Amino acid sequence: MNASARHSEGKRSRPAGKKEASPAPKPIYIVDGGRTPFLKAKNAPGPFTASDLATAAGSALLMRQPFAPDQLDEVILGCASPSADEVNIGRVVALRLGCGNQVPGWTVMRNCASGMQAIDSAIANLQCGRSQLVLAGGVDALSHAPLLFSEKMVRWLAGWYAARSTGDRLAMLKTFRLGHLAPVIGIMKGLTDPIVGQLMGQTAENLAWKFGITREDMDAFAVESHRRVCAGQDAGHYADEIVPLIDRDGQVYAADDGVRRDSSMANLAKLKPFFDRKYGRVTPGNSSQITDGAAWLVLASEEAVARHGLKPLGRIVDSQWAALAPDQMGLGPVHASMPILQRHGLAPNDLDAWELNEAFAAQVIACLRAFEDHDYCRTHFGVDAPGAPEASRLNVDGGAVALGHPVGASGARIVLHLLEVLRRKGGGRGLATICIGGGQGGAMLVETV
Amino acid sequence: MSANMQQDWKHWRLRREDTGLAWLDLDKADASTNVLSSEVMSEFARVLDALDAAPPKALVIASAKPAGFIAGADIEEFSRLDSVLAARMLVERGWLLFKRLAEVRYPTLALIRGHCMGGGLELALACRHRIVVDEPGTKLALPEVMLGIVPGWGGMLRLPALIGPAAALDLMLTGKSVDAKKAKRLGLADDCVPARVMESAARIVALGGKPAGKLPAKERATRWAMNGPLRKRVADKARAQAACKVSRANYPAPFAIVDIWEKYAGNALDVPASDPSSLDAIFSSPTARNLVRVFHLQERLKAFGKDSDFAPRHVHVVGAGVMGGDIAAVCALRGMTVTLQDQSVERIAPAIARAAKLFERRHKGDAKQVRFTLDRLIPDPKGEGAARADLIIEAIFENLDVKRSLFAELEARARPDAVLATNTSSLRLEDIATALKDPSRLVGIHFFNPVPMLPLVEVVQGEATDAEVLRRATGFVRRIDKLPLPVQSAPGFLVNAVLGPYMLEALRCVEEGIAPETVDAALVEFGMPMGPVELVDTVGLDIAVAAGKVLAGEGAEPPARLLKLVAEGKLGRKSGEGYYRWVEGKALKGAGKEAAPEGLLARLLSQLPGRRSPDARPPPPIPPGLAERVLAPLLAATQRCVAQGVVADADLADAGVIFGTGFAPHTGGPLHHAGSLVRHT
Repeated sequence: MNASARHSEGKRSRPAGKKEASPAPKPIYIVDGGRTPFLKAKNAPGPFTASDLATAAGSALLMRQPFAPDQLDEVILGCASPSADEVNIGRVVALRLGCGNQVPGWTVMRNCASGMQAIDSAIANLQCGRSQLVLAGGVDALSHAPLLFSEKMVRWLAGWYAARSTGDRLAMLKTFRLGHLAPVIGIMKGLTDPIVGQLMGQTAENLAWKFGITREDMDAFAVESHRRVCAGQDAGHYADEIVPLIDRDGQVYAADDGVRRDSSMANLAKLKPFFDRKYGRVTPGNSSQITDGAAWLVLASEEAVARHGLKPLGRIVDSQWAALAPDQMGLGPVHASMPILQRHGLAPNDLDAWELNEAFAAQVIACLRAFEDHDYCRTHFGVDAPGAPEASRLNVDGGAVALGHPVGASGARIVLHLLEVLRRKGGGRGLATICIGGGQGGAMLVETV
Repeated sequence: MSANMQQDWKHWRLRREDTGLAWLDLDKADASTNVLSSEVMSEFARVLDALDAAPPKALVIASAKPAGFIAGADIEEFSRLDSVLAARMLVERGWLLFKRLAEVRYPTLALIRGHCMGGGLELALACRHRIVVDEPGTKLALPEVMLGIVPGWGGMLRLPALIGPAAALDLMLTGKSVDAKKAKRLGLADDCVPARVMESAARIVALGGKPAGKLPAKERATRWAMNGPLRKRVADKARAQAACKVSRANYPAPFAIVDIWEKYAGNALDVPASDPSSLDAIFSSPTARNLVRVFHLQERLKAFGKDSDFAPRHVHVVGAGVMGGDIAAVCALRGMTVTLQDQSVERIAPAIARAAKLFERRHKGDAKQVRFTLDRLIPDPKGEGAARADLIIEAIFENLDVKRSLFAELEARARPDAVLATNTSSLRLEDIATALKDPSRLVGIHFFNPVPMLPLVEVVQGEATDAEVLRRATGFVRRIDKLPLPVQSAPGFLVNAVLGPYMLEALRCVEEGIAPETVDAALVEFGMPMGPVELVDTVGLDIAVAAGKVLAGEGAEPPARLLKLVAEGKLGRKSGEGYYRWVEGKALKGAGKEAAPEGLLARLLSQLPGRRSPDARPPPPIPPGLAERVLAPLLAATQRCVAQGVVADADLADAGVIFGTGFAPHTGGPLHHAGSLVRHT
């Protein structure tokens, strides 16, 4: 590839930074939000299915609104892995929430940003006037991810069912091998990039290699994430957003249960690299956890706010999607954030708070390094490095490494929690951004009202 | 399809298809529900005449009413029967008419959608085929026994023949209903189909000319044996089971059903008048009359609330204890959205677990319905549902100050048109109401434990309660399919006011040295669902002491043993020991063998007539007059409630005491019973 080609690639990755992508013409209000506790998967299906989670969080949220569930214009739910019996989980949950037959419900999928995509889809419909009042959010119950038959087993079964005579069946039996029974773990499929064939954790290893991020850097980040979540829990910073769940046996799930109060460098050092076994740096301890959870926002137009007398928490000022090489997917937040910063003439530390989803400690650190890397920023955005957000503004209550990452829910959770952080700071502006498996990034600029 | 020529029929409509299939719809004139009145029955005979004149290829009998197929015989007509002879004639007409239907040469099919009860099911049984529509409203039953009578129009003949004597006797002796799926499983229906194909299914089966589905060989052999050589043993077993539940003296009908099946081929008309199973014996016993009275009392309670179209979509319940949690669960079962508030989510959790079990039982394994019902029951630790609810029910512990401040807060948050209700049983409604800016908004809605089982709910009018609020509260009680009893605000309202003195008298007997087992046996013998001492244990001894103070005032001293037990922490069932020791929810009586089944009171009331513990041993010798002595204060208290206007009249008092306490239904209620004693002496 010659220099001019490289240059033009740099330019092509920039179009979102164009000034003509104008900010929202109509204000989009976030009226309220809520989520389930994030429940760590414990090697067995968790107590709630995806639609259970979304229904429980949604019904508690809707119950405190001055409008009835059937007054919503639509329900949009992001979900990366809906179960086979509720593929359009958005409609299933809308009905379970008591929205009635006449409120449309649909499902969006953009991997780890499915929840953010649901919000963005709501924004689009609010902008063009199709909707005035939307329930949007995300959910995933990764502990319920299925075990699948192997391709060989599926082919063998097809032959078996087609066999008519006893002779045919005997012949089929002879071709059966025990190895056919080895299941394919659905979640491993989901967390493997289908283009480059790398596990998400291996893409994080790519970034660690690229930016020279050490195991110690990652573990220290993870320890800090756990510390911040614990402090946030103790200070009640999560109390308002979490809807406690009760299962059918009367057990209560009131808090995110993946966080470890005993997290330490020494404890994390015991863990082995998982994705590049033996030689890698990314461990389960410095990665986000496999988790079940749901998060919702109520979004409203100015007209709906006036009609129902709503008291919004904040506004979504702008949003941005960006794409990059699949094996670099962890840098997606940088690519999605830069155009927003440029459009609004902001530097990262002009913002009062950042929520940058923690898929992997290595991936967050890589984003921070990229923001400070002149070469990287010049190549990709044609500008000097703007500098990384300070630690005191970034994920102040911790993130997915400690809370878990129920893929579809995280994009909605970080927007919701960003508003809580801004509220505590007495108001202001913040950016929620997330990396997306497959090589994308999403970002939303919000402000309090 | 050719037009119907018999235009003079009022209740039946016949349509003939070109295929030769005839559709006969019952559409009883000027009624929303089909019942088999004498007019409907005699017209049916004329329909059969017309069909004889021009036999169809097959006949499908269906209902034109959205409410259901046929609700049974006309109970109004039945209630007006003034002689045993008239009753005999009524039985004979039905028996012969359905015999005639059973013997027609063309295939017949009953297409059953919705209720199919009593005579309605006997009509269906006389058809060659039955198709049931798979909907929640489809219920098939022979509930005659609940009215103290027998299914004399062929039910006792055809049901055992169709589904086997074991299942048939079970249905006839309990009066319980089966849904569409169960009807198919039992062999009662040829098929169970969704409504969208019901006409097609009826046409195909009726014209198909096939006999009803063939049973597996083993099942056929069993039925043959039970209907043949084992007949007497099956009958003896059924009699023994019935005797565990009721006495023949109080309830002759179940025993008559067994006898008539065993010895008279299901034909009640063949029983000689001298036999205790004869129609003469059944219709001349007071039980049938009294159970019909109880039926009418129930209809009267059901009629309350008809003048209100209040249909709350959202109910907010404060207090997630056993009472509040169960009230919330029952509302969710009836399709309402319910927010359940308590101080913490941990306090709400046990109520959700209990509700989940209730929903699983009620929805009989329909996992989707269980899930939808649970979705409607929303834990609400912050009480946010109060602002949206159509009805708010308070069911917290009995503390006036706490309730007053709660209601002041609720009034401020609630919608101006929301009904505010308290489930208090011992506090004065007026004392709570004055905490409201508008005291006329408060009404009492007083449930009984266990809420899912007990049918009665007292709707309490306080001094200030607005008439419309009262109407709405009554309407709500009907929406959750309970029986509303309007009562005035007075200590204990009706039910607790009559139970208190009754339980107190029982405890005094124990104080005097009579064994609790003996006291309880005397009252169970009388027909109460549970002995009064066991009831005290079930209610809780601490509750009994507290209620006693409210009801009896300063005058009466609680029994010393009661106070001693409470002081020792022996509070009854909930603490494992009271007057009895309790193991796994059962009271250990006597030598520790006899035990009453859990929820006995509850099960009784959901299924009249009264029952007794199936494993009850022969009762200990009962001193003469013991039951009368313990009941006397109950009768006096009931009379006092009528005199003081707590309930509007004596019939409503009887209704309340029967449906609120399980008072021996065969007596027709305490005041009716007392009156009949007076009449006899």
